[in-house]
Amino acid sequence: MSHIILIIIFVVSAIVGYFIINNVPTLLHTPLMSGMNALSGITVIGALAVTAAEMHKAGYSKLSIVIGAIAIILAMINVAGGFGITARMLKMFKKKGDD
Amino acid sequence: MASTILSSTQFYIISGVLVLGVLIGLILMSKPEKARFGNALSAACTLVAIAVTMYNYKILPSTIIWVSIAIGAVVSLAAAAKVKMIQMPQVVALLNGLGGLASALVAILSYFQAEDKFSLYTAEVALVIGFVTFTGSLVAAGKLHKLLPQKPVVIPGHTVIIIVLMLATLVCVVLNAPIWITAILASAFGIIFAVRVGGADMPITISLLNSLSGVAGGIAGIAVGNVLLVAIGGIVGASGLLLTRIMCKAMNRKLLSILLGSTSVKAPVSEEKEEAEEAEEAAPAQEEVKAALTPDEILKDAKKIIIIPGYGMALAQAQSKVKALADKLEEKGAEVKFAIHPVAGRMPGHMNVLLCEVDVPYDKLYEMDVINPEFAGCDAVIVVGANDVINPAANTAEGTPIYGMPVLNAADAKYVIICNFDENPGYAGVPNPLYKNSNTLMLLGDANETVQSIIDCI
Repeated sequence: MSHIILIIIFVVSAIVGYFIINNVPTLLHTPLMSGMNALSGITVIGALAVTAAEMHKAGYSKLSIVIGAIAIILAMINVAGGFGITARMLKMFKKKGDD
Repeated sequence: MASTILSSTQFYIISGVLVLGVLIGLILMSKPEKARFGNALSAACTLVAIAVTMYNYKILPSTIIWVSIAIGAVVSLAAAAKVKMIQMPQVVALLNGLGGLASALVAILSYFQAEDKFSLYTAEVALVIGFVTFTGSLVAAGKLHKLLPQKPVVIPGHTVIIIVLMLATLVCVVLNAPIWITAILASAFGIIFAVRVGGADMPITISLLNSLSGVAGGIAGIAVGNVLLVAIGGIVGASGLLLTRIMCKAMNRKLLSILLGSTSVKAPVSEEKEEAEEAEEAAPAQEEVKAALTPDEILKDAKKIIIIPGYGMALAQAQSKVKALADKLEEKGAEVKFAIHPVAGRMPGHMNVLLCEVDVPYDKLYEMDVINPEFAGCDAVIVVGANDVINPAANTAEGTPIYGMPVLNAADAKYVIICNFDENPGYAGVPNPLYKNSNTLMLLGDANETVQSIIDCI
């Protein structure tokens, strides 16, 4: 995909995201933030892609694979930890009369 | 780039569906009763994205990849199940930092895989933002966890150093300097900028770092040409920026002034000091009146009561006591509401999470704009560990750091009970005239004990 289109997608999704998130009440700002934080761990797919590219090279360097693996571990901590604590927090939000 | 199994059209369609799923998840986040499903939907989309990527790049059989994913998932899920709600700000900051570092590492690899100038430069930009996010978040997490001093740390020539580091990093990117130099400069910038931020400015800093981690991921996505990464990075970047704006507004701070200078809030001008002294002189006369006030008397006939929690409540871990107090008051027929200032606590929405943890129903938690007109008609306000956010000086004391900052109108209530640790001014350093009012009852000390003392006398 051409670079310009990628930049346009970046800007458009930022604008769409901005308007959707604007509707989230302050009540839920902490879970929103930790959820967003979890989503930023989507960089894991970038880590997978670059690591894969290294692996498929003819004479790959071990160092590159190690860097890739570390990136995958860190991004996974971000993703799983982020969604995990968000789920835990949201579970606590109860209305009067709820169990 | 390596060859892929899916054609680019197929990948675009899948990416489009996943981004749509994430957006729907976000829309659901605007309603508390649907937010859990929204979060699960976003998580599911991320999981599918990971699976599709592994299939697409033909790495499903790779042991190294599986082991890496398993380590990350197991470590973090175990930790996520244990973490306490009071620690949430530092945990979010820490996770944010790790995500930033991951993006930076992706950027390093894509830098060496780059096939054209554009990818080379975007990889460098992603590397810079990733490392700034990483070190900045670690410093923020350290401060929130009290491993580092809460007070702003200012070194001589701080602003100059920040500007020089920023320019040097920029020059390195433009001149395509060795990436380890760029990485070191960016890391130093993250540290230098974060150490100067004080404890109460943390909600702004965390929001900003959250935004940066998204931007780092998005730009890394541009560098590796992954449309899904680009779109999600953009959404996260926007959300962080939006929260940053909301926080800045609620604290009456300019983002630039936090990034480039006056983070440490100045004490009020001398005129006000004189006023405060005058007030002190007049205080003994009022004390006699105050002596007549007891929590029992104030709350005996109170029908409408508003509780204002602040970071002090979190520090004293007095949430359960506050909940017990609310229950007791309701038992005797009073209506109890909670007023939440947008920046109370150390991250956006912090108070809500703490109160929900002790089973306060969320429909009793009111935002500032909704509850503010109600103070005038309420019989009593109970403040637990909050100061600047109820300081009426924000409306009147021109020239002080908090002038113009939206505050909760606690001063409008018939009686105010303040359970704070001491009478000192809050973070902004502006004395609170509310403390001196004749209808204010001050209960100083540990919030657990003072709130208990109110419960006991009802």
